[in-house]
Amino acid sequence: MRTRVLGKTVGYVVLAVASIGLLLPFFWMVISSLKHNNDVFTVPVQWFPSPVVWHNYIEIWQRSDMTTWLRNTLLLAVVVTVLQVFTGSFAAYGFARMRFPGRDILFLAYIGTMAVPWQSYMIPQFVLMSKIHLNDTLWSIIALQAFGAFGVFLMKQYFESVPESLNEAARIDGLSEYGIWRRIMMPLSIPAIASLTLLTFVNTWNDYLGPLIYLRSAQNWTIQLGLKTFISQYNAEYALIMTGSVLSVLPIAVIFLLGQRYFVEGIASTGVKG
Amino acid sequence: MATVVTDDRISTERRSPRRSRPGRALARRNTLIGWTFILPNFVGFALLTLVPVIVLFYMSFTSWNVFGKAPWVGLANYTRLIDDKSFHTAFLNTLYYAVIHIPLTLVAALALALLLNRKMRGVTFFRTVAFFPYITSIVAIAFVWNMLFSPKYGPINQFLGLLGVEHGPGWTVSAQWSMPAVLIVGTWREMGYYMLLFLAGLQTVPAELHEAARVDGANPWQRFWNVTMPCLRPTTFFVTVMLTIGSFKVFDLILVMTNGGPGQSTLVLSQYIYQKGFGEFQFGYASAISVVLFLLCIVVTIFQFLWNKRRES
Repeated sequence: MRTRVLGKTVGYVVLAVASIGLLLPFFWMVISSLKHNNDVFTVPVQWFPSPVVWHNYIEIWQRSDMTTWLRNTLLLAVVVTVLQVFTGSFAAYGFARMRFPGRDILFLAYIGTMAVPWQSYMIPQFVLMSKIHLNDTLWSIIALQAFGAFGVFLMKQYFESVPESLNEAARIDGLSEYGIWRRIMMPLSIPAIASLTLLTFVNTWNDYLGPLIYLRSAQNWTIQLGLKTFISQYNAEYALIMTGSVLSVLPIAVIFLLGQRYFVEGIASTGVKG
Repeated sequence: MATVVTDDRISTERRSPRRSRPGRALARRNTLIGWTFILPNFVGFALLTLVPVIVLFYMSFTSWNVFGKAPWVGLANYTRLIDDKSFHTAFLNTLYYAVIHIPLTLVAALALALLLNRKMRGVTFFRTVAFFPYITSIVAIAFVWNMLFSPKYGPINQFLGLLGVEHGPGWTVSAQWSMPAVLIVGTWREMGYYMLLFLAGLQTVPAELHEAARVDGANPWQRFWNVTMPCLRPTTFFVTVMLTIGSFKVFDLILVMTNGGPGQSTLVLSQYIYQKGFGEFQFGYASAISVVLFLLCIVVTIFQFLWNKRRES
């Protein structure tokens, strides 16, 4: 009994230290955004800003194109997510419930590409995008993100857990395969759809490499690309940069806290993220 | 009775050539419907993933530099790789990153998962905390860490100063310490994700086995090695495969944190591809480097699969 209590205490202490370590960078980010630039680096570190400076949160909008970046990113994230969920779950139904020659080989190709890093084929992909005149448009990022194998894989895993007898019954009742997908499989897969929606949204929001390669003109920049440019432009304005960072992380933090359960379930059930 | 007509998925598969007419029509209809389901996604997938992968190999045999035609140069790009010092550096740095990052993250993630796999107040909170770094943007966190690592006034070196380390490492501005700095951030960011995979795996370990081992007098350490680890084998394998691929392709973190520097101390393969391709527009040569990265990932993954299979039997 004594060792049990001791073990528990040690466990808590370890976890507390670990969480401080894990959260410290975020804490630093927030407090720095609430300081004057000169107070960001001090010896010793000023862990609680005094006075609290809110001005950075006004200045950032004037000094940067934050509105454009956020608008572009939001637009991309929404469109990509809708497309990914739709095409992904549609294809997943084909893989999970239809039998036809070549299906398994095709699915293997989907799975196989998950072992291939995007970085290794980004060059031919860029060439292709240029050929169809998509680069430097938001379409390039949509095309890049919306047809991933991940969504197909996640939805297929989930569809396969739905009892086959439901399909049989629906077929006997005269529902077409499309009807089964829409009226039976989709409503039953709300948790999986939620997971896929959240993961795709977050992925698109955070993507830096795709926009870096494809989006040249400033009016197309996403928040990550904009933030990075802002950093290189004003690399000594720490407080302001931290303000931008907080703004880029904040929407994701809110979404994450609201839909936490679905993130965890989505990852646990597939073991893969985009 | 041989061929059942109500959509019979199993019989379509098993009953081969001699099929009655309705059966064959049904199979054709199924194929058609199946393809309509897959097509919307497949068009995008084929065009943006499959085709580029195939074109990649062709491009690596040309000396294309964006403009004009792509002249065939045979193996010239590959022979050039052999003497390219920067390529050697990039290759070795990638391995350096992988060799440290994989075990470090694996152990950290497993330890966290074991700690959090019990009934205890606040477990959900800790899980959330551990996972949070993984979903925040690389650009923001890379810059924050750069500030934390700042040699003179950064909190990390100030903390080390309190511990008695007078001149803390230069971290991202020192050729020797830049890779460790990147490794710390990489592990910090990813361990929460792999922890979730381990937590999911731990749910599959039967409680009776632990109970039985306890009754037999096994101590926690023995129970861990003889009960938990064997049951976790599939998860550990999967995590290793994902971590390996993830380490080989590491890029954006380095791009923002150190941009490969100082010097070439953190130059990795992905970044070298980016430099040659999008910086110098040597698409042919960059494709050859890409093929190396591609093969590295595929070969190591296949090797891991075979090794796993052998251990299973």
